[in-house]
Amino acid sequence: MALLEVSQLDVRFALRQGEVRALRDVSFTLDRGERLGIVGESGAGKSVAAFSLLNLISRPGFIAGGRIVFDGQTLNTLSERKLRKVRGNRISMIFQDPMMTLNPVLSIGEQMVECLKAHRRISSKAARAIALDKLRQVQIPSPEKRLDQYPHELSGGMRQRIIIAIALLLDPDIIIADEPTTALDVTIQAEIMALLLDLCEQHNVGLILITHDLGVVSQVTQRMLVMYAGRVIEQGPTREIINDPQHPYTQGLLNALPQMATPGEKLNQIRGSMPSLAKLPSGCAFHPRCDFMTRQSGEPRAACIEQVPGFVGTGSCRVACHMVAEMLEDRRLKEETP
Amino acid sequence: MIAFLIKRLMHAVLVMFVISLLAFAIQDNLGDPVAQMVGQSVPESERQALRERLGLTDPFLVQYARFAKNAVQGDFGNSYFYGEPALEVIGRHLPATLELVFAATLIIVLFSVPIGVYSAIKPRSLISRFFMSASIIGISIPVFLTAIVLIQIFSIGITVSIFPDATGWGSWLNGLLSTSGNMPSFGRGYDLVHVFGSWDTNLATLSGLQHLVLPAVSLASIMLPLFVRLIRAEMMEVMQSEYVKYARAKGISMRRVYFVHALKNTMLPVITVGGVQIGTMVAYTILTETVFQWPGMGLMFLDAINRADIPLIVSYLMIVGVIFVVTNTVVDLIYGLVNPTVKLTGKPA
Amino acid sequence: MSTPTTTTSTPGRWERFRDSYVWYSFKRDRTAQLCLAIFLCMVVAAFASPLIAPTDPYDLRQIDILDSELPPFWIDGADDRYMLGTDAQGRDLWSIVLYGTRVSLLIGFGAVILQALIGVTFGLMAGYLGGKTDAILMRLADIQLSFSTLMVAIVVGAVVKATLGSAFYSQYAVIMLILIIGLAEWPQYARTVRASVLAERSKEYVDAARVMGLRSKRIMFRHVLPNTLSPIFVISTVQIANAIISEAALSFLGLGMPETHPSLGSLIKAGFDYIQSGSWWITLIPGAVLVVLVLSINLLGDWLRDVMNPRLYKG
Repeated sequence: MALLEVSQLDVRFALRQGEVRALRDVSFTLDRGERLGIVGESGAGKSVAAFSLLNLISRPGFIAGGRIVFDGQTLNTLSERKLRKVRGNRISMIFQDPMMTLNPVLSIGEQMVECLKAHRRISSKAARAIALDKLRQVQIPSPEKRLDQYPHELSGGMRQRIIIAIALLLDPDIIIADEPTTALDVTIQAEIMALLLDLCEQHNVGLILITHDLGVVSQVTQRMLVMYAGRVIEQGPTREIINDPQHPYTQGLLNALPQMATPGEKLNQIRGSMPSLAKLPSGCAFHPRCDFMTRQSGEPRAACIEQVPGFVGTGSCRVACHMVAEMLEDRRLKEETP
Repeated sequence: MIAFLIKRLMHAVLVMFVISLLAFAIQDNLGDPVAQMVGQSVPESERQALRERLGLTDPFLVQYARFAKNAVQGDFGNSYFYGEPALEVIGRHLPATLELVFAATLIIVLFSVPIGVYSAIKPRSLISRFFMSASIIGISIPVFLTAIVLIQIFSIGITVSIFPDATGWGSWLNGLLSTSGNMPSFGRGYDLVHVFGSWDTNLATLSGLQHLVLPAVSLASIMLPLFVRLIRAEMMEVMQSEYVKYARAKGISMRRVYFVHALKNTMLPVITVGGVQIGTMVAYTILTETVFQWPGMGLMFLDAINRADIPLIVSYLMIVGVIFVVTNTVVDLIYGLVNPTVKLTGKPA
Repeated sequence: MSTPTTTTSTPGRWERFRDSYVWYSFKRDRTAQLCLAIFLCMVVAAFASPLIAPTDPYDLRQIDILDSELPPFWIDGADDRYMLGTDAQGRDLWSIVLYGTRVSLLIGFGAVILQALIGVTFGLMAGYLGGKTDAILMRLADIQLSFSTLMVAIVVGAVVKATLGSAFYSQYAVIMLILIIGLAEWPQYARTVRASVLAERSKEYVDAARVMGLRSKRIMFRHVLPNTLSPIFVISTVQIANAIISEAALSFLGLGMPETHPSLGSLIKAGFDYIQSGSWWITLIPGAVLVVLVLSINLLGDWLRDVMNPRLYKG
């Protein structure tokens, strides 16, 4: 059994205008030491997924259904007290913007020690020693000095290193990293990402990496999910998806990468933009932007507008797309009638 | 630190300069000192000579310089009414006002923080809603009216006879709603304990404290709801921040999240506003002291106005200016201690 | 070829208001409705006081000192002629409270209009011109605010009264109070307006207007000012409440309306002398009217702030 098993996760936001469904039918698993990427445009529900794992979404958001099972415990029904023992201890998080994540009025040492003390019976001295050790691991220059400094005295890159050190403090099983490098300077993004990958491998920590950067996903993760409008639309081994994307949206994302463009020509954008979760199109949420809604014969595919596509398997990947389903069906029929 | 002090000092000098100009203008315009000094029968020529001898015909700047020089030495002239140096009169009235402000501040701090924090953490609970409604009502009642109502209830007493007295439950309910009213509401009482100099304290005896209760509660009554609302609003904003979310993600207890992570950040703007509100508090002492005949600076100031006791008015303004400058500096220092991003250089690092 | 013109009628002001969020939330908010109703009733009753009031409290011939300190109707010993009893001079309390509310409202509105005129002008100048103008005006506002508006009002009131003499001051008390409270509270407006001007100024339409060659005065009044209206509107409610309280405080200290021409504040002051003798109604009835008036304005202000959610100056 996998270390983390998420099934049918359903997250909603009760807004004044009515309920908005931020996540639907999100299911995935993560094995010990495995690295999983969650990819999508902003607004696809990636971060909501990350925060709902530890039940950290705040009002008006709530988990309306589904199960999150971690090491035999169902996290979404766990009491707040028991859940707290998991947070930061067995599953830790790295937030997007290191400038906003650390508390501006508490020293780095205080913010590290409190985390250790929340989960272990430990003296302040011993806690500081562990904190110092972790700061060394994230290769911060003169770590002794950092413990007594305040966040505003450190650069963004340094702060993110400290946040990685905090994430590793209690030797967790899983780290959830929500766009850990997006807010950083481009020059240090790769550095931080390499550090994170290195430490995860060293300590055999599972990683859920949330990002919109397909390049990073392909370098760091073993498996990936592609999300669109609150649903998973494609999942499987990273290499397979990157090399042979099935879903038109995934294809569009890969085609939009600058590497894929011909010099001198425009980048290949996906036309249109992500719909608002409050006003999702019927059927497949991607259909208004999809180039494959009409068959090659010129006849439109009604199912795209009418039905939410279910998953179909191609090799070890699973895709939610009517076009792919039809293709597979055709192939199967051909194989059956030689 | 030194840069901070120099900056504060310059600000203080500027503020005191503005106040002294104002005070001097008052002294210059209000009443004729010559008329105060000599009788009606003195002829105009003699008055003019006296004016010249007193330097009242000198140019404005010369007169102001003389005024400022005396003021720096603490000489504001003699009070017309008391016939002794104005500063001494103020020194006699200052302790009463400071004790009143101290007691009111204590009430405000002790109640506003827990109530504000609670209603930020549980905004939908019945108790929070009650506190929020109570606070808007509190803001809408002027200090002097609160004082009057308190006097009516706790000092004069109210007899309720809405329910039929003949029935047992009726008289019981009437008795429950009625108050006997024996709280003192006039002055500081006689059980004062001498501390030193002109300072006699109300804080040392039960009777002294009883005299302090109603005035202090009245003075606190308008500031308390203001701070409750401010703390609640700031706390709710801080609770939405990333670092509070992150603190929760680290698995630390909610108590620590609320009272260390959130509260410390909440207090920063509250301290700033608190500094500004000290000025308002001094203004309200005038009202409170008038209602309770509390023999402090506020009552003295109002009496001075009614008696056109100009040296006393002028020195009151100067002393209040000093109090503002000192308290604002203290507030800035506290702010710098709480907020590590301020290195007391006067600007955020 | 004539194209058929489809007249897309632009909705009138009323239609736009009816579709707006403000009206929508007003329809759903019982407290706001009640407060507006109370406030409007009080305004109408106050300004119609010569028509409504059974006696004219300013007319000495209608007053009989023998009728003094009569209690309101629900207490034994009440006189049928005086529903809410009488004050120490024998004036009908109901009439004098009506007239007093009118005086309080008049000063409240007048002072707020004056504050707004000064504050908005200074705020626009500070925010739009920036530089030295901004620095000087805002430093002035800071110093004045650090003394608290009530303190400034008391000091100015005291000095003006001492300079001009009691009799003269009393005669023109309404104008004096409007001036004093208006001058004491302009920084609130100036800071709010400046904050929203700074926010608006960075927006593109102001650049566009400047590129089009419009003069800065025109840009300020025709383009920037309309966009700062909602915060001005919101603080105006709070400021009216504040002005009414300030007026009451000044009158209570004897620096406001004389007893012959009382506002709610001077009624409370006059009645306070009789509270020890048991005639609580003389002070507490005008007090209750003052609280209801201020409370309904404050609650309306709270509601408006929630609905319009403007950028208000904090601190």
